[in-house]
Amino acid sequence: MSEAREQILAGIRKSLGRGRLEGAAAEAVEARLKGHARVLVPKRSDGDQAHKVGLFVEMAEAVSCTVDRLESLESVPERLADYLRRENLPARIKQSPALEDTVIPWEKAPALEITSGAAVNEDAVGLTPAHAGIAETGTLMLHSSAETPTSLHFVPDTHVVLLRESQIVGAYEDAWDMLRQKLGLEPGASVPRTVNLVTGPSRTGDVEQIIQLGAHGPRRLHIMLVKD
Amino acid sequence: MEATSHSFKQNARDALTDAQLQKALSKMRPGFQQKRADVVAKLPEFEDLRDRGRDIKNHVLENLDFYLERFESNVIANGGQVHWCRNSEEARQTIMEICRSVDAKTVTKGKSMVAEEIGLNEYLEEHGVEPIETDLGEYIIQLRGEPPSHIIAPAIHVNKEQVVEAFRKKHTDLPPDRPLEEVGDITDEARTQLRSKFFAADVGITGANFLIAETGQTVIVTNEGNGDLTQTLGKAHVVVASLEKIVPTLEDASCILRLLARSATGQEFSVYTTFSSGPRRETDLDGPESFHVVLIDNGRSAMLGTEYQDMLRCIRCSACMNHCPVYAAVGGHAYGWVYPGPMGAVLTPSLIGIDEAGHLPNASTFCGRCEQVCPMRIPLPKMMRHYRAKEFTENKTTSQVRAGLGLWSYFAKRPWLYRQSTKLGAALLRALGGNRGRIATLPLASGWTSVRDMPAPEGRTFQQLYKMSGHGKKGSA
Repeated sequence: MSEAREQILAGIRKSLGRGRLEGAAAEAVEARLKGHARVLVPKRSDGDQAHKVGLFVEMAEAVSCTVDRLESLESVPERLADYLRRENLPARIKQSPALEDTVIPWEKAPALEITSGAAVNEDAVGLTPAHAGIAETGTLMLHSSAETPTSLHFVPDTHVVLLRESQIVGAYEDAWDMLRQKLGLEPGASVPRTVNLVTGPSRTGDVEQIIQLGAHGPRRLHIMLVKD
Repeated sequence: MEATSHSFKQNARDALTDAQLQKALSKMRPGFQQKRADVVAKLPEFEDLRDRGRDIKNHVLENLDFYLERFESNVIANGGQVHWCRNSEEARQTIMEICRSVDAKTVTKGKSMVAEEIGLNEYLEEHGVEPIETDLGEYIIQLRGEPPSHIIAPAIHVNKEQVVEAFRKKHTDLPPDRPLEEVGDITDEARTQLRSKFFAADVGITGANFLIAETGQTVIVTNEGNGDLTQTLGKAHVVVASLEKIVPTLEDASCILRLLARSATGQEFSVYTTFSSGPRRETDLDGPESFHVVLIDNGRSAMLGTEYQDMLRCIRCSACMNHCPVYAAVGGHAYGWVYPGPMGAVLTPSLIGIDEAGHLPNASTFCGRCEQVCPMRIPLPKMMRHYRAKEFTENKTTSQVRAGLGLWSYFAKRPWLYRQSTKLGAALLRALGGNRGRIATLPLASGWTSVRDMPAPEGRTFQQLYKMSGHGKKGSA
């Protein structure tokens, strides 16, 4: 359909009353793109790390996340086992392969059955890391990779996310900067197949505007927030 | 989608006497408006963000060709393909070819207005591919065999009892006496019914809220997670998007995202905002094997450079229809095509022509609330006025309306006569109102008085009151 392509582009230029962008005009647009400047970042997340962590927790809880604050990774197994018991959930967990490298003393909760990989329909509980927590709206940034399959963010009924306090940033733009840095991104370079911004468990208001949690994605979003 | 916008007047009359619809609409009125107002009050920068969002989109529209080409080259760099389509037919054929290439039997779909615009579902069905809507609202209306009546709440015209009825009728594999009275039961049933479809689907089709030139990503904003299951579990991910969805960078997208959910559902942020680029990477454990962006013009490039260019800033949040007294009275179906409410009243005639949709720009009281709440500051009333003027100059208004306008302009051009006659009129109406202050019948105004009394004016004209208030004096502010 290259004919369609040329015709659409020609139609746009004709409507705009100019030819293809060239010279200084093209350079200005190119420079804007390369600079990817921040537009306007709300002040609400300004402040020290303690403020950002506090705001993140407040905003996440306001959208029905549960947040468990932990002193160290040491206590993850027992606290997770407690959570699953309390919520009457199975003790079988599918985790992102990325977490295999994280030192978690799973032997402390022998009842937990842990496997790694992409999600299948039978997986009831998923455990994943996050790229960042974003304070301004209590949002998690997660992304796909060889070790963090996207299906774990959506298929299991319960999504448990392991997040360190130092991963919490103020604004969306801060999280994008972190991602650019992590992947050594130049504008236009390869990004992960999927980047998910997740703010609370799945919900719908499609029947008479009554908010119901657990539409198609996870019914529960449990954040285990670990001190560094 | 086949349009019935030409019969808007009859559609509206039918809607006003549809008891089920009126019941559903009465539930809608307070919800969206209050939620938006509450969440906007919590963000002091909201008005400034609106200015910046408008500026971003204006910049994009002035450089649309550049950004589209850059977006395309980045999609290709990420291993995806871009298919340029001039019209609905080209888009439908392109999508059908993609379906054939993976031998698709079923297609899951996330919510997409542009897919409605191109009439995708009917086309797929005719060609032996089963489309399955997965957004709960879209699923409900697919079961009922209707088009959406709202751009973010497609089943807003349906009452709970009607949903239950549709589920009992279609899900015949389930026990007929199962409990289905709570919204939770309904949601669970849809969840269970659709789960296996997500895993079985060959192709997942989503729309796009944004296309990001800098990275070649497409973005969907949802609350249910259906769009993500759709695009993660299918063999191919097809993104259907119209070309004005472009933004330059992730920072630009972040700015407009701060406006979108707040304006739409009154949420601080939607549950899932997902950025996708290309197929699964070589070492990825899941994700689609191919990635296609079907980029659709369908009349938009011709809107550039016209008095309707600003309409292309629209981010489909639905704030305008959520605050529109006309939409609240007649609902979305009356508008007769894909896009209802004030944004539809401008976009529909722009895309399918004034002959089909000329009534829609008249479906406004010009109260101005749509422009007040539009996150992209689109001057909707002004553009509807352009269409009304066009309708008049092209002689498409009825002789009755032309006669009325002619009479009015005769007086308006003669200020002395206008003042005297309005004085007389106001006094006369005041007298007719009597002690009740209301008028039950009035010649030429039966459209109003047949359903309700007309409140009588207090006796003085606007000009008299204005003069008395001191605002009319020279030198005053």
